[in-house]
Amino acid sequence: MEKKWEEMSAKEKREARFKTWLSAEGVNFQSPEAENTYKKAIMRFKDVVLLGKTPDRVPVFPFGTFMQGHLYGVTPYESMYDYGKLLSAHRKFLEDYKPDYYGSPAFIGSGKILDILDYKLYRWPGHGISQNSAYQYVEGEHMKAEEYPALIDDPTDFWMRTYLPRVFGAWEPLTQVTPFPNLWEVVGVSGWMIPFGIPPVQKALKALMEAGSEAMAWIEQIMGFEMEARGMGFPTAIGGAAKAPFDILADTIRGTRAIMVDMYRQPDMVLKALERITPLYIKQGVGMATFAGNPVVFIPLHKGADGFMSDEQFKKFYWPTLKALILGLAAEGCVPFLFCEGSYNTRLEYLKELPKASCFWIFDRTDMANAKKLLGKKLCIGGNVPAGMILTGTAEQVKAYCKNLIDVAGKGGGYIMAFGTAMDEGKADTIHAMIDFTKEYGVYK
Amino acid sequence: MAKDLVKTLADLKEEEALKIVEARLKAGDDPLKILDDARRALEIVGKRFSDCEYFIPDLVYSGEILKRITDMVKPKITKGREAKRLGKVVVGTVAGDIHDIGKDIVVFMLDVNGFEVFDLGIDVPAEKFVDKIKETGSKVVGLSGFLTLAFQSMKDTVEAIKKAGLRDKVKIMIGGGQIDDQVKTFTGADAYGKDAMEGVKLAKGWIGG
Repeated sequence: MEKKWEEMSAKEKREARFKTWLSAEGVNFQSPEAENTYKKAIMRFKDVVLLGKTPDRVPVFPFGTFMQGHLYGVTPYESMYDYGKLLSAHRKFLEDYKPDYYGSPAFIGSGKILDILDYKLYRWPGHGISQNSAYQYVEGEHMKAEEYPALIDDPTDFWMRTYLPRVFGAWEPLTQVTPFPNLWEVVGVSGWMIPFGIPPVQKALKALMEAGSEAMAWIEQIMGFEMEARGMGFPTAIGGAAKAPFDILADTIRGTRAIMVDMYRQPDMVLKALERITPLYIKQGVGMATFAGNPVVFIPLHKGADGFMSDEQFKKFYWPTLKALILGLAAEGCVPFLFCEGSYNTRLEYLKELPKASCFWIFDRTDMANAKKLLGKKLCIGGNVPAGMILTGTAEQVKAYCKNLIDVAGKGGGYIMAFGTAMDEGKADTIHAMIDFTKEYGVYK
Repeated sequence: MAKDLVKTLADLKEEEALKIVEARLKAGDDPLKILDDARRALEIVGKRFSDCEYFIPDLVYSGEILKRITDMVKPKITKGREAKRLGKVVVGTVAGDIHDIGKDIVVFMLDVNGFEVFDLGIDVPAEKFVDKIKETGSKVVGLSGFLTLAFQSMKDTVEAIKKAGLRDKVKIMIGGGQIDDQVKTFTGADAYGKDAMEGVKLAKGWIGG
């Protein structure tokens, strides 16, 4: 009899998650070759990330956001509003470039949904920025300095009735809803429902329903593509997502300037809040990975990069809960994918604290030779192909750069060829050069 | 004065610094002198940032403390006094890009290093840079950008400066996000600075000081 999930060790859980990923349930492979390519790509990924046996070759993952659209003349605006156009660009990209893994078009999201909800945290193409620009984050203070106790006391309530009404115009009336735990027995039911009769609240609920309907239309098309892409022989590299707890505070709710002042004025509150929210994001990553049937949990890292804060601040504010997040995900058999833009040269020593093969790191401007030296025996690393070179350089330059990466960072395995950043734009010759050269030169003999 | 404002502020001791300011104002000290001290403190903060002793949180915090000091002192100022400046620099985030954290750090560092900075903000069209250069006679221009789309906007801005006949009158530096020397070549700028300190160094090299 098979072991129950809760009785499994972390390694057994991870193995089970890989098995699910490999099984490609519901996927209709176009050909036996496609099925073989799909499964080999996952095995390659497993070998490279778990540092088991030397993989057959260096895997290549050209991760893009608006890049696929850009390569085929689909503007960022169209990518967010015309799902068919976006997906046809993604399909062509897979046919023409044949990467080992694809970056899901779900990353783009629907502009229509953002319109309905009146999202304030970002500007998106045609909404505050040009139709040719990728969505961009807007700095703002969406939680006040004195609201830490409310967040710590009940993050879900804070999110529902304070934070979301601030970042979504359409959600604003929901500040009037009574806390959910207030509803306990028959005497309270009727009274608790009153806010849902207030016209602005009803209007807000209608907006949520409208956004929900659009989300269904969106996901239907996205899922159609996802299954098709797998059928063509391409696994998606990402199952779930989570964020470093510090970045949740710094990007999502307090804003960069405010969190930096908080580190001085109320460090204890910041630390308490970080600890309080960490389990929420372990749960999110695990839940999404389980739902997607893919163990990889994407974690984009922002404010802990070199230069953003001191070593002392990193050690105190950023690292402990990031580490807890990574360990928490790994304990559930997930594979955290740390996406590390900027550079992490001064942080590499911390990464050595992580257990062997517990996660992998895609770097941007980090010194890869040093990263390999310090982490090579413990963790898989990847990335470092510069966006500037891809967009303004030549194929020959890219090949030479990739050759060096394979020679240095790829020695003996444990390296994934990737851009240093999630690309908004692309250039055909250089991206082809990166993928084709890696497939040819990156073979382990 | 028992406690030194310059040192206290440079060490980022907020409450203590504010107390000193309050006491000095009460004692009838010249408010301009207090602001001069605050400026000297911020110069030290900038220096410590250059030396990697301070980081972004420390810069931001020093700015916050300065804001509170200025709020206390400003109502007491009757006459203005212009500080001597090394030279003028125009800075902005290029068209299409709305990121400002990196740009603001460069502005801060140029300012505390004695430059007069004209900060055009974010998503700045090329013509606005041209107009500001003409208006101020600035000899240095700093173009900031976080996204890769900024590569083209920077190139367009350099092009516009050239078209306006100003290219040989200004030095142009670029920085931010995915910018590197390769991108510098693509845009036609004069130099790339990998951080705010290099931006200051470049400006000093071109303007002197």
